[in-house]
Amino acid sequence: MFRYILRRLLMLPLVMLGVTFFLFFLTQRLSPEMRASLYIQDPRQMDSLEEVIEKYGLNDPMPVQYFRWLKGAVKGDLGYSESANMPVTSAIKAYLPATIQLAAATIILVVLFGVWLGIISAKYKDGISDNVIRFFVLAGFSLPIFVLGLILLMIFYGKLGWFAPGEYSFTADMIIHGPNFKNYTGFSLIDSLLNLNFYVFFDVLKHLILPAVTLCIGSFALMVRVMRSSMLEELNKDYVRSARARGLSEFKVIYEHAGLNAMIPVVTLASIQFIRLLGGTVIVETVFDYPGIGRWGVECAQQLDIAGVMGFSLMVAVLFVLGNLAADILYTAIDPRIRLK
Amino acid sequence: MSIKDIISKALVSKNAAAGLIIIVLFALVALFAPILAPSSGRDPYQMPQGGYSIEPQAPSAQHYLGTTENQYDLYYGIVWGSRMAFKVGITVVFFALLIGIIIGGAAGFAGGWTDEILMRLTDIIFAVPSMVLAMVIAAMLGRDLDNMMIALTVVSWPSYARLVRGGVLSVKEREFVLAARALGASPLRIFLKHIMPNAIYPVVIMASLDIGYIVLTAASLSFLGLGSPVGTADWGQLVALSRNWILGGHGNPFAYWYTIAAPGGALLLFVLAWNLLGDAFRDILDTSSRKA
Repeated sequence: MFRYILRRLLMLPLVMLGVTFFLFFLTQRLSPEMRASLYIQDPRQMDSLEEVIEKYGLNDPMPVQYFRWLKGAVKGDLGYSESANMPVTSAIKAYLPATIQLAAATIILVVLFGVWLGIISAKYKDGISDNVIRFFVLAGFSLPIFVLGLILLMIFYGKLGWFAPGEYSFTADMIIHGPNFKNYTGFSLIDSLLNLNFYVFFDVLKHLILPAVTLCIGSFALMVRVMRSSMLEELNKDYVRSARARGLSEFKVIYEHAGLNAMIPVVTLASIQFIRLLGGTVIVETVFDYPGIGRWGVECAQQLDIAGVMGFSLMVAVLFVLGNLAADILYTAIDPRIRLK
Repeated sequence: MSIKDIISKALVSKNAAAGLIIIVLFALVALFAPILAPSSGRDPYQMPQGGYSIEPQAPSAQHYLGTTENQYDLYYGIVWGSRMAFKVGITVVFFALLIGIIIGGAAGFAGGWTDEILMRLTDIIFAVPSMVLAMVIAAMLGRDLDNMMIALTVVSWPSYARLVRGGVLSVKEREFVLAARALGASPLRIFLKHIMPNAIYPVVIMASLDIGYIVLTAASLSFLGLGSPVGTADWGQLVALSRNWILGGHGNPFAYWYTIAAPGGALLLFVLAWNLLGDAFRDILDTSSRKA
């Protein structure tokens, strides 16, 4: 087990080198002029395009340019993101908390609904509720997330006016960037609580609901399935039969005895899905104009902001690989029956 | 289990049969697209524009499903979009599978360092979420249909390569392979004649069921403006065109509902059908090494 983790950790820098080299190779498909134009703000500067190419060495052989980027990256300098109008590292710091908040809210919904529906589905196996749940779960899984997001916006923003896109309202924005609001963590939910500003807190929470529900519907299929099969397995075990024989209420048997034991795989799946969400909020954040890391990544890609694209992909890759490793470790920690080779 | 067994077993399920029927219907629409929605231009995938007004128009006798932003006919877009969906799905699955079979087969059969290097190559692709990687590749190559398919192929092949490798590894030690070796067959002959046919058919089935997922990812790219060029009959792009109209107008929040209902519905049905079919097959083949 220890050797497995060590091996994976040692592979991490190698994989990251591979990822960044591959991505850098892709960015080189843009001509030096196109890459130089990122440094130019004013049309009058166009004449100095050659100078810019010269200054930043955009015509150098690809490996030379890659090592220049790598040298900066190791020192923590990932360049300047034109689309965010700030250095890449600052952009990550600015946008990541919002995405983590969204992913956390989503995963809470996924676990709550996934476990509940999974239990019902298992309890009434092959009955009507089971079939209805399974069908809607599959339908939710098949529903393109941007279509779902737009439809929800149409109903809850356009028609009912309950939820608006964005991370918070204009008023909350004024408060957050006002003189009396201290930014402790960068997480708007936590900061508003620490500032004892409940108006902002509920405002942020309200803006989280729609994107979180959208993501939840798109990703809880797996949770329901895992919970259902895990629950079915538990319900066939001896301790459930003896609990029933002792005359415990069906509610206690299902929810307290079997349900809790069936939750083991849910914990692992939730952690894996949380990590996947950090890289998977790209579309939802774009649809809901939610200022997280995903929306920034899309903007970088659309505007060919190379430093931004490299920084964004590197960050997502590191999170993704570390997260998957953490999930593997968690899996063995929770369930001693599973041992990794 | 032979392919015949697997298919007949899968189609017993009502869900799978329903999925198959929907897919066949889409295939018919795609096949008869030139009759259902005759094109006048040179490139039939380019949607004709019925005017210069931005505002979508409600369904009418002239436009069965209405028009979307910039007067693209939705009916035309949906019909030719089906053909586009099959074109993108089949092309990407074909090339990703081809690469996956070559690389996975080589890794599994050769073993040792070849295996190690090839599998680390798949690690690199797996290190970035596929949607993010596809987005970056498509953006860097430029907005174009071929580039979008290249991006999707690059992110899809590693999972097939891993499955093929696993298959080759398990078949490699089976008795009939040992028998062939004992009879003096050359390694190449053993690989091509005995190992590959037995190792790849579950992967081929799984891969073809991924068409729905690939079309969904392609639509996501088009939605972000990184996929098909402007005006292409592509469901993802049609959804993107509806984005400005979801708040409605003329005092009615749902005034332009058809701009999203038509392409969104087509996409949902298509993906759902593949998932229904895929579920039944996955239950039988049950390969746990797949990405969710």
